[in-house]
Amino acid sequence: MSTANTLKPKEQLKISASKRYQKRSQGAEIWRRLKKNKGAMVGLAIVVILALIAIFADVILDYDAEVIKQNIPQRMQLPSREHILGTDEVGRDVFFRLLYGTRFSLSVGIVAVAIALAIGVVLGSIAGYFGGVTEEIIMRATDIFASIPNILMGIVIVAALGASTVNLMIAVGISSVPQFIRVTRAAVLTVRYSDYIEASRAIGLKEARIIFGHIIPNCLSPIIVQTTLRVASAIISASALSFLGLGVPQPSPEWGSMLSSGRQYIRTNSLLTFFPGLAIMITVLALNLLGDGLRDALDPKLRR
Amino acid sequence: MYRYIFNRLLLIIPVIIGVSFLIFAILDQAPGDVVNVITGGGATQEEVEELRAELGLDRPLLVRYAEYMGGLLRGDLGKSYISGRSVFEVYSERLPATLKLAVASILVSIILSIPLGIYAAVHSGKIGDNVSMVAALLGLSMPNFWLGLILIITFSLRLKLFPSGGDHGLISLVLPAITIGTGLTATLTRITRSSMLDVIRQDYLRTARAKGVSERKVINKHALKNALIPIITIIGTQFGNVIGGAVLTETVFAWPGVGRLIIDSIYARDIPMVTGSIILKTITISIVLLGVDLLYAAVDPRVRAQYSKGGS
Repeated sequence: MSTANTLKPKEQLKISASKRYQKRSQGAEIWRRLKKNKGAMVGLAIVVILALIAIFADVILDYDAEVIKQNIPQRMQLPSREHILGTDEVGRDVFFRLLYGTRFSLSVGIVAVAIALAIGVVLGSIAGYFGGVTEEIIMRATDIFASIPNILMGIVIVAALGASTVNLMIAVGISSVPQFIRVTRAAVLTVRYSDYIEASRAIGLKEARIIFGHIIPNCLSPIIVQTTLRVASAIISASALSFLGLGVPQPSPEWGSMLSSGRQYIRTNSLLTFFPGLAIMITVLALNLLGDGLRDALDPKLRR
Repeated sequence: MYRYIFNRLLLIIPVIIGVSFLIFAILDQAPGDVVNVITGGGATQEEVEELRAELGLDRPLLVRYAEYMGGLLRGDLGKSYISGRSVFEVYSERLPATLKLAVASILVSIILSIPLGIYAAVHSGKIGDNVSMVAALLGLSMPNFWLGLILIITFSLRLKLFPSGGDHGLISLVLPAITIGTGLTATLTRITRSSMLDVIRQDYLRTARAKGVSERKVINKHALKNALIPIITIIGTQFGNVIGGAVLTETVFAWPGVGRLIIDSIYARDIPMVTGSIILKTITISIVLLGVDLLYAAVDPRVRAQYSKGGS
């Protein structure tokens, strides 16, 4: 304040203008760094396209007539002008099914990660913020939970709840919780002792408000990166469980279950196995590229 | 050292109890009551109650869990509902195949990833580096069960070089090991590269070069030796993922390991088999990780120094 008072009004104006510029530029700066990363931009473009396909799947395709309706006379056709990627064992157009399947895979991945994010961020920030016995209990429980491999945890949960799309989301989501707890706790520990947290405590803010209003917003970078990368691995886990017959049931065009039914015709028509896997790989690759790019853009110090 | 081993052994006990209770409790909720499986669903209410009592299913969860863990100590995890054989016995029969596959995949990925990672780091920013990093990212993004199927289509159905499934000696290990090894290779290549890049910038390498040590020797001896430490850690921690992920690869290749056992038992609703083998598998992973940790402490003096401080 004292320095500001000695300045002429015009200079004060300049400072506040430059401050505003700085504030606006934080997002712009991240975007500028992200734009420079070709891989990340390719990833982002693919993710946006896939998201649009998933959102408008109903507009593009008629689910009952074009996605799940059997058409036995047209079965097992090779790619042609009429069916770009051919047809499957009951005559359904593979390309249409893959397009519609985007909706299943993306929504399972996103909902699963949202579940993991909600639980993980709350527990992780509680552990990081309060420390002591609370932290010890949460982190030891996390260790125990994390020592069960993801896919086994998914299998256990689906076996208990039964195979369905919602249970698949729950299974994949719950098995990704430990990673979010760990990342959030580590991030919270880095800001927990900052002066501004001390200050908000000094002015008597409630703890919930400190955690959710001041700590978490300052821990967002690693959480955002983790979220992007986790959606990628959630899509793989979900398709793996569907492939094992423990996920989205037939005849829904989920990529993993398409792979699983295509597998029975591996000797006669291997394309039925090839395309769904390719769709999974492209989606996961795009998310991984974007996640890596975001990590570099959000925190240049972390660059490997 | 002994103190450290003892402490680590003590630490593993709560993990085993926690893990097994978690799995036991969740699978206890499994639908498709065993009684239905055994009777084929055609039993009267009385017969069902009787069978439940006979199997001990009418007692509280904690009691059954305590009894179960008592059984675990004696190597008795109950019998399979389907085959009537001891769960522990069947698991022990299947374990070697899974471990064999895990070790083979880890070997494959070490052989591939370390040279690739070093190459990428030494040629950082050049085309070779970019190509290997894109390849690594591709490897990470591939669902491994799909890769396995593609390998089967290409190398066993088309080229007829390798068997498409089952365990017929070393040759049938090749495709599944590549399948599991690819993701691990990708991870390890990325770690090797970043770890080498960290080391390459260190002063002692400049000193070595200034002394006139050949570039080859600087990289292979001075740099690699120090870069290896994080790499070894990752290999250790990835062991669990390899054994866990083997569930899918074993299913794809009809590999007679634990993973396939678990999946088959789930299809058959053989709950004691599922519970037993998942608990035993998780315990196996924890023990392997403990072994890696101990090995690690034996190799790296810095780790030893840390725990002799902490242990006092």
